[in-house]
Amino acid sequence: MLWQMLRFALGGLAANKVRSALTMLGVLIGVASVILLLAVGNGSSVAVKDSITALGTNSLTVSSTSARGAATAAKKLTVEDAKALATATDAPAIKSVAPVVTTTATALYGNISYQPGSVVGTYPAYFETANQKVARGDYFSNDDVLNSRKVAVLGSATAKQLFDTEDPVGKKIVLGSTPFTVVGVLQAKGSTGFNDPDDVVIAPLPTVQNAFTGFGSVNQILVQAGSAEQTTEAQNDVSRILLGTHAIADPAKADFRISSQSSLLTARESTTRTFTVLLGAVAAISLLVGGIGITNIMLVTVTERTKEIGIRKALGAPRAVVLGQFLMESTLLSVLGAGLGVLAGLIGSHFSIVGIKPVVIPESVLGAFGIAVAIGLFFGSYPANRAARLRPIDALRHE
Amino acid sequence: MTAQKPPAGARPPVIQIRQVIKSYGHGDAVVHALRGPSAPGGGEPLGVSLDIAEGDYVAVMGSSGSGKSTLMNILGCLDVPTSGRYLLDGIDVGHLDEGQLSLVRNRKIGFVFQSFNLVPRTTALAQVELPLAYAGVRAAERRRRALAALSLVGLAERAGHKPNQLSGGQQQRVAVARALVTAPAMLLADEPTGNLDSHSTEEVLSIIDGLNAAGRTVVLITHEDEVARHAKRVIRLMDGAIVSDVRQAEVDGPPPALGVEVGV
Ligand SMILES: Nc1ncnc2c1ncn2[C@@H]1O[C@H](COP(=O)(O)OP(=O)(O)OP(=O)(O)O)[C@@H](O)[C@H]1O
Ligand SMILES: [Mg+2]
Repeated sequence: MLWQMLRFALGGLAANKVRSALTMLGVLIGVASVILLLAVGNGSSVAVKDSITALGTNSLTVSSTSARGAATAAKKLTVEDAKALATATDAPAIKSVAPVVTTTATALYGNISYQPGSVVGTYPAYFETANQKVARGDYFSNDDVLNSRKVAVLGSATAKQLFDTEDPVGKKIVLGSTPFTVVGVLQAKGSTGFNDPDDVVIAPLPTVQNAFTGFGSVNQILVQAGSAEQTTEAQNDVSRILLGTHAIADPAKADFRISSQSSLLTARESTTRTFTVLLGAVAAISLLVGGIGITNIMLVTVTERTKEIGIRKALGAPRAVVLGQFLMESTLLSVLGAGLGVLAGLIGSHFSIVGIKPVVIPESVLGAFGIAVAIGLFFGSYPANRAARLRPIDALRHE
Repeated sequence: MTAQKPPAGARPPVIQIRQVIKSYGHGDAVVHALRGPSAPGGGEPLGVSLDIAEGDYVAVMGSSGSGKSTLMNILGCLDVPTSGRYLLDGIDVGHLDEGQLSLVRNRKIGFVFQSFNLVPRTTALAQVELPLAYAGVRAAERRRRALAALSLVGLAERAGHKPNQLSGGQQQRVAVARALVTAPAMLLADEPTGNLDSHSTEEVLSIIDGLNAAGRTVVLITHEDEVARHAKRVIRLMDGAIVSDVRQAEVDGPPPALGVEVGV
């Protein structure tokens, strides 16, 4: 019964109504895709920003750059460099320093063998600087570092792999060939997509050096500035001190690089911006296609009704009235289409798309709606103008 | 050839056309729909010149393709001549802009087309209301006047019908009602009775006679002598030129057919 009624209703939407509906659909898709694609772009940029701020915005990473020229073999970063930074009295912006060595090793627990993303040897200051918090157990202490104790803190992903639901704290794992006692498990931070910060084993620096890397250089020195505003100052201090310890006069010849999370943030942001712009361009094209659809339909309508236009003009219809009539039709098409498009876009943005939660940009809603209506006016005005300019007799003679 | 001078003291002719030529196409394929007499020695066409006085009732006759509709379209400001001037109420129409032209079409001229030209999918009432709507008349007033015009042509009870629900004669009468609803000073009718039987023809003509008796200038095109008998003046066209111009009754008097009816 209901189906029957629906079929009658659909039958009623014959001829021109179908045409108008299709035109409106074109605009609808255009507007909805602008809103949705920009929301996806924005959503991914918000996600990146969140994950980077989660890493701590006031931390600096010092890493050595590879040898510059054959003459001066680049000096690697060492624990002494880190100590120089930590003990410097004229660098108030530097809050804490943690040298870092990174390696890989296979972890064993019982009969489970797993290779974590990285094995990190560092100082306790690392946890705060890298914004790593323990969920269970505790961090290792300075005392553990001084005594090279074989203790480790696991990232949440690593803990899950090795222990599944078991509580790892207090358990012994074998890393490479060295037994470690797990003292803590970190909170999950979530993946940024490139490497998983949760898939890690963190142990005291000398322990890792002893077991794996040897007591040479360190891979990085993590420096924490007093606050996000002090990062630039801290960066300058680090640069000055390290140029001193490395005995380099020309800052341009520095054999180390300092990167901050905020510079990382800017880099990532520009990537996502490109992404958003690309998506926006695609969406804009579909909006344009919708606009061309309006023009097309209005041209057909005008051609079909040229004779009627002639009659109206012969009866004294001023050009503005004829123009208004056809502009009204095209504007209605675009306003209705754009309105429904906004609706579709907003509804669509509630679903996550390719793993990204879209975040609607309010300006894009207004913009897409406005542009669609403007396109309707603009593209509709061409056929409408053509209709209005016709000499009555030419319109009347039109077959 | 030229129209008779109106009686002394009367107003100047409402319609004055001077050396009007209308041609279609170019070069060898050129067609002169209106050409007037040729210059002595078979030279260039000189164009049609014609005066029509206010209150006159002119029938334009001539064979098919002789240029009657072409002339009428120019008189109705629907078309522009290729050369020559058209003065309506002493104003050169060629100098008017679009807006002024649509005002002239709306206020001064009532046009009945050879082929009805009703707006499709529109009721007779809405049809007749159209010129009033373009003139900015308010809805209630529009409706009243449109209904009055429709009942004048005897179609009051067909007001709600659309063109495809009306007979040819009824459509023609709707077109007449639409032309006279604004009470224009000039009624231009291109074969208003071409599709009507003799009875309907008489009905439409008596309406037009009445309008002329009320002082409106009427120009109508016809093929029938019966219809031409109603006019005060008969002009014959041949190949785009006026070949005869006969006055049947005084401009100031009543239309001859009305006079006859009164006389009988
Ligand atoms: N748009 C046009 N293009 C070319 N030639 C045209 C055009 N309109 C009219 N003509 C030509 O001009 C001439 C006059 O046409 P017009 O319509 O004035 O004739 P008419 O006297 O009204 O004929 P009828 O009695 O059949 O209506 C004809 O030869 C016609 O072919
Ligand atoms: Mg004709």
